[in-house]
Amino acid sequence: MIPDLQGFGPALAAGTWMTLQLSLAAVSVGLVLGLLGALAKTSGNLALRLLGGGYTTVVRGVPETLWVLMIYYGTVTGLNAVGALFGYPELALDPFAAGTLALGLCFGAYATEVFRGALLAIPKGQREAGLALGMSHGRIFWRITLPQLWRTALPGLGNLYMILLKDTALVSLISLEEIMRKASVASNATKAPFTFYMSAAVIYLGLTVIIMLVLHQLEKRAGRGIARNEL
Amino acid sequence: MSGWDLLVKWTPKMLQGVGLTLELVAIAVVAGLLVALPLGIARASRHWHVRALPSAYIFFFRGTPLLLQLFIVYYGLAQFPAVRQSVLWPFLRDPYWCALLTMTLHTAAYIAEIMRGAIHAVPIGEVEAARALGMSRRQALLHIILPRAARIGLPAYTNEVILMLKASAVVYTVTLYDIMGMARTISSRTYEQMFFFIYAGMLYLVITIGLTWIFRGIERWLRIDAARAR
Repeated sequence: MIPDLQGFGPALAAGTWMTLQLSLAAVSVGLVLGLLGALAKTSGNLALRLLGGGYTTVVRGVPETLWVLMIYYGTVTGLNAVGALFGYPELALDPFAAGTLALGLCFGAYATEVFRGALLAIPKGQREAGLALGMSHGRIFWRITLPQLWRTALPGLGNLYMILLKDTALVSLISLEEIMRKASVASNATKAPFTFYMSAAVIYLGLTVIIMLVLHQLEKRAGRGIARNEL
Repeated sequence: MSGWDLLVKWTPKMLQGVGLTLELVAIAVVAGLLVALPLGIARASRHWHVRALPSAYIFFFRGTPLLLQLFIVYYGLAQFPAVRQSVLWPFLRDPYWCALLTMTLHTAAYIAEIMRGAIHAVPIGEVEAARALGMSRRQALLHIILPRAARIGLPAYTNEVILMLKASAVVYTVTLYDIMGMARTISSRTYEQMFFFIYAGMLYLVITIGLTWIFRGIERWLRIDAARAR
C-alpha cells in the first residue's frame, strides 16, 4: 500500500533529515539549559533558585507555538538594530536558528525538573565522601554527580525528546523546510492533501519507533552494572 | 500609540480570544474523557485482541504532532469526494468543528493512556477482595477499580488539561481567533508584533497558573494523596 507521491518523495526525505537535524540541535541547547536550570534550582543561592524557578514557570506556562513565533518575529527588530550598528542591517535569526532556540528553551524548562529529580536522587553521602577525600566541588560534579545523573535522568529525557520531535512541526509555521512544510507544499501542488499529510504522519511514527529503540539501548547501556528493582 | 492605549483598545478582542481558547479546551477535555473511557478500559484488558485497536489509536495520536492531525482533518479529508458529499461536510468544512474534533481525538489518546496507568495502579489486593466478596467482574470494575483509578489518575488528567491548553495555540493556523489568532491578527494590523505576542504570553501564563491552583485545590479537597496507590 504505497501511495503515489507524484515525485515528492525526495522532498519528504529531505524534510525528514531537516526535522532530525532540528530536533538534535534543539536537544543540545535544551540539555545545557536543563542542567543549568537544575543546578540553579538546587543551589544554596536564593537569587539563583528564583531565577531557575522563574525560567521553568514562565517557559512552561506559555505555548511552544508562541515561543517559536515570538523568537522568530520578535528578534527581527532587535537584531536588525544591533546589525545596523555593525553595518549588517539584515541581521536576523534564520528559521532554523529561531526554531532551535525556541524548542531548546522549552525542552530545557522540562529537562530542568528531570535533572533536578535526578540530582536529588543521588545520596548526599557520596558528595560528602568526595569532600572528605579532598575533591573540589567541580571535580565532585564531573566525576561523581554527572555520570550518575545521566542514568537516572535518561528515561525522563527520552520522553521529552519524543515530545520535542513532534514540536518540530511547529517550526513549519516560520517556513523551515521540514517534514510538515514539505507535506504542505506537496499538498498545495498536487491537490492531494490527505496523501501527503498521512505520509508525513507515517514518517513521524517511524521516527518515534526508531527513537524508542535507540533510547532503549541507551538506557540498557547507562544501567549496566546496576541492579534493578523488578516488580 | 502608547502601550496603555493599545491595551485599552485591544483588550476586549484579546479577551474574546481567551473565551474561544477556554471553550475549545473545556469541550475537548470533557469530550476526550468520554472517548477515552472505553479506550482506556480496553487498553488495560488482558486479551490482546481487545487491546489491539485502542493501542493502534493511541500510538497514532500520541506519535504525530497535533498540528499535523489538524491539517489531516481540515485539509486532508476534503480530498475525498465522498466526504464532500456527505451529511457531515458542513461540519468538516468549518474550522471550529475541525479543531474541536481533532483536539478531542488527540487528548482522548493521552487520557486513555493515563487511565490505563491508573487502572494498573489500583492495588491487586482490593480487586481480589472485591471478587472474594462475590462481586462480578463488571461490579468490581464499576464499584472498585474505576472509582479508585479516577482518584489515582486525576493529577495526570489535570496536567493533560494544561498541556492541551498550550497545544490549542495551533488552531490559529486554520483561521480561528483564539488567543494566538487574535494576537497575530491585531499585531499585523497595528505593527506592534512584540507587544501582542508578550500580551498573549501573559494571558496564557495567567490561565495556566490559575488552572494549576484550582486543580491543586480540587486535589486537596478530594484528598488525592490519601488515595494514591502505594
